[in-house]
Amino acid sequence: MTALAVENVCKNFGGVAALAGVSFDVNEGERRVLLGPNGAGKTTLFHTISGNLMPSAGRVALFGLDITRLRPDLRARHGLARTFQITNLFPRLTVLDSVLLALGGIDGQRLQLFQPPSRQRTRYGEAARLLDRWGLAGTAERIVRTLSYGEQRQLEIALALAGKPRLLLLDEPTAGLSPAETRRVVALVRELPRDMTILMIEHDMDVAFELADRIAVMHQGRLIAEGDEAAIRANQQVTDIYLGAE
Amino acid sequence: MTWVIHILNGVAYGMLLFLIAAGLSLIYGLMKILNLTHGTFYLVGGYIGLTVMQTTGSFILALIASVLAMALLGAIIERFFLRRFHLDELPQTLLTFGFLFIFADLSLWIWGGNPLMLDEPEILQRSVPMGYYAYPVYRLFLIAVGLAVAGGLWWFQEKTRLGTMLRAGVDDAEIARALGINVSLLFTLVFAVGAALAALAGVLAGPVLSLYPGADFEVLILAFVVVIVGGLGSLRGALAGALLVGILDDFGKAFFPEFALFTVFVPMAVILVLRPTGLFGRR
Amino acid sequence: MKARVWPFIGAVAVLALLIALPDILRPYYVGLATRMLIFALFAMSLDLLLGYAGLASLGHAAYFGVAAYTIALLVLRAGVDSGIAFPAALVAAAIIGALFAPLALRARGSYFLMITFALAQVVWSVAFGWRSLTNGDDGMPGVTRPYFGWSLDNTTSFYYFALAVIGIAALLLFAIVKSPFGRALRGIRESESRMQALGYNVWRHQYAAFVLSAFFAGIAGALYAYFNRFVGPEYLYVVQSAEALIMVILGGAGTLLGPAIGAALIVFLEDFVSSLTEHWVLVLGVIYVLVTLFAPRGLIGLYVDFRQRRALK
Repeated sequence: MTALAVENVCKNFGGVAALAGVSFDVNEGERRVLLGPNGAGKTTLFHTISGNLMPSAGRVALFGLDITRLRPDLRARHGLARTFQITNLFPRLTVLDSVLLALGGIDGQRLQLFQPPSRQRTRYGEAARLLDRWGLAGTAERIVRTLSYGEQRQLEIALALAGKPRLLLLDEPTAGLSPAETRRVVALVRELPRDMTILMIEHDMDVAFELADRIAVMHQGRLIAEGDEAAIRANQQVTDIYLGAE
Repeated sequence: MTWVIHILNGVAYGMLLFLIAAGLSLIYGLMKILNLTHGTFYLVGGYIGLTVMQTTGSFILALIASVLAMALLGAIIERFFLRRFHLDELPQTLLTFGFLFIFADLSLWIWGGNPLMLDEPEILQRSVPMGYYAYPVYRLFLIAVGLAVAGGLWWFQEKTRLGTMLRAGVDDAEIARALGINVSLLFTLVFAVGAALAALAGVLAGPVLSLYPGADFEVLILAFVVVIVGGLGSLRGALAGALLVGILDDFGKAFFPEFALFTVFVPMAVILVLRPTGLFGRR
Repeated sequence: MKARVWPFIGAVAVLALLIALPDILRPYYVGLATRMLIFALFAMSLDLLLGYAGLASLGHAAYFGVAAYTIALLVLRAGVDSGIAFPAALVAAAIIGALFAPLALRARGSYFLMITFALAQVVWSVAFGWRSLTNGDDGMPGVTRPYFGWSLDNTTSFYYFALAVIGIAALLLFAIVKSPFGRALRGIRESESRMQALGYNVWRHQYAAFVLSAFFAGIAGALYAYFNRFVGPEYLYVVQSAEALIMVILGGAGTLLGPAIGAALIVFLEDFVSSLTEHWVLVLGVIYVLVTLFAPRGLIGLYVDFRQRRALK
């Protein structure tokens, strides 16, 4: 089944085309990496998929459902979760509160003025397990902005996973991390259940090739190549504009 | 003919509002500051003009002294207080509210609680016949000054380098900085000019509206209505909004005394619903 | 364990003190304490919006004043029983909040301040201008206090009535901010886009916070109408709205307790300074400036900093 279908998506910013008709499908359970130089339109594309930006034209479908005009919070209800390239957390809340908020996302359309104690206990248990898994167990009572950058990036992913999404968008999850932290994040992403579809933007070639089933390469708002590792490495255009630059 | 008189009165009042709202709007447009001290510049400016006029007898001197004094006060408030909280709207609002209180109480202390009238310059102390009525020349003078200031500001904004910077800054402070514009100086300058225009309005209003405690609040609130109606950061909007509010206010006071303020606030509420960015505002 | 016991002991001690107050103080000060309590609730209601949802309103007097005027109009113009007017006043405040919220919530930051300010002025202009209904500037004296089987006409009995109502309201507010809804509000304050990405309907939460905040401000306003047996347009004025803001900031936004302390302090200072000099307004202005410059996170913030500094030593 197709998890994500992007059809001819365009986005203009005051006459400048950031996305000039991008189309691709991601199959359920697939790990897809988006490559491309800075300014290629990768993050803009992410925003149109997550609903933070409305495309100027085109269509986005999630598991067959047209979500092009849907609010971001309703997309989340349909199983979409994302991380942000620039860390987007709750700076003045505790780590535990952040995770509880993430777990409460499934009730996010309702106003929960009261929570039964049994549900509350379940949530705390889930939160503890999630933090444990992401190596953040010792930080539960800390204020988010006092965490190290690496811890914040891990929390960013942990929050996105809390709602057990069917499609996960990761925007440069390893950017700015030390080699050790990068290895840790790669290992954790590899261990995610195989039925979870992942679309990620990644700058690090090694990470990209290690995690991806298929790779799509963007340049100047267009998709210029798609395929597995060998196909991308063999693609002359990609080598010229992207790999050649390194 | 009554209608003409009311419209002229409304336009004259609108011009005073324009002088206040123009500064308020530019300050908001450039710095996103909700400047509640703006009515203070008007009232204290007017009071200073009054004192200078009483000691020297010169209306021109009164204007100059009050404009300079308030420009300086504005610059001080911007540089030494508001500057610390750039784009942090709550502390800025509270600071300007604090200054509003401080100067309201100080001027009550100095100038007392009774309404004080400024004398208009002798040359303008006459009236022109208009149908059965005699219309005071001073009000026509107010309209002329308002138009002149509007023209001057337009010229400044469209034709000078500093004006271009100002427009760039209103559109996007980051871009302005990237273009190498000295935003810091621009901020202080705009704040000082805004304060000076409000002081000008205060002195000019002295002979017509008189000066009294609480006038600072009254004009501040009307100026905010003007800015909301006209659109933030837009000079054209400030002018159109000021004329509209001035005329509505005059008609309201004349024909629906019970709902005088309502004739101003209802159109504002309607515009807030239908066009949140105001008549000339951009998003 | 120690961390949990002390706040509880503190709360019990404060409650005991509040209950014993009329036996300790002269009636004048019991009246002053009643005012402090009323404004504590007013400040806490604003804190729900400002400190938790992160929306700074400069029009909070609108809901306070509308509730007060609803009581006065129902009692004096329609002859409704004063006690029955009470729930009507709370509903009126909530309705005004529900009407203003969609307009205000289109904006953020300083534009939100300006719109809430402008909307509150609309309400004020009705109370000020519509003389035949509201007596305009003169206000409406003669508001009676409710009668629930015992008279609230003396200072002490009204103090206990206000204490009970405000106590219940404060407990509800604490329950709200501790609930998942309250946590969601704090999340929205910190990052709207992140909350949306997690599946939260941000607008609905903000709307609810706005209306709830108006409702609780209405409780304070209704009590104030009873307390003074009078309502006037100054209840609705921007000065009242700004005073609520400074109470919240002085105490420490986002803590509920802080704003209550801030409110009590401002009311006390106003009374104290006014007994010494005519220049309370000047002092208030200086307080605004000093708090913004030196205690932007309020007294609670200062206390937390102090504790942390001591802990580091």
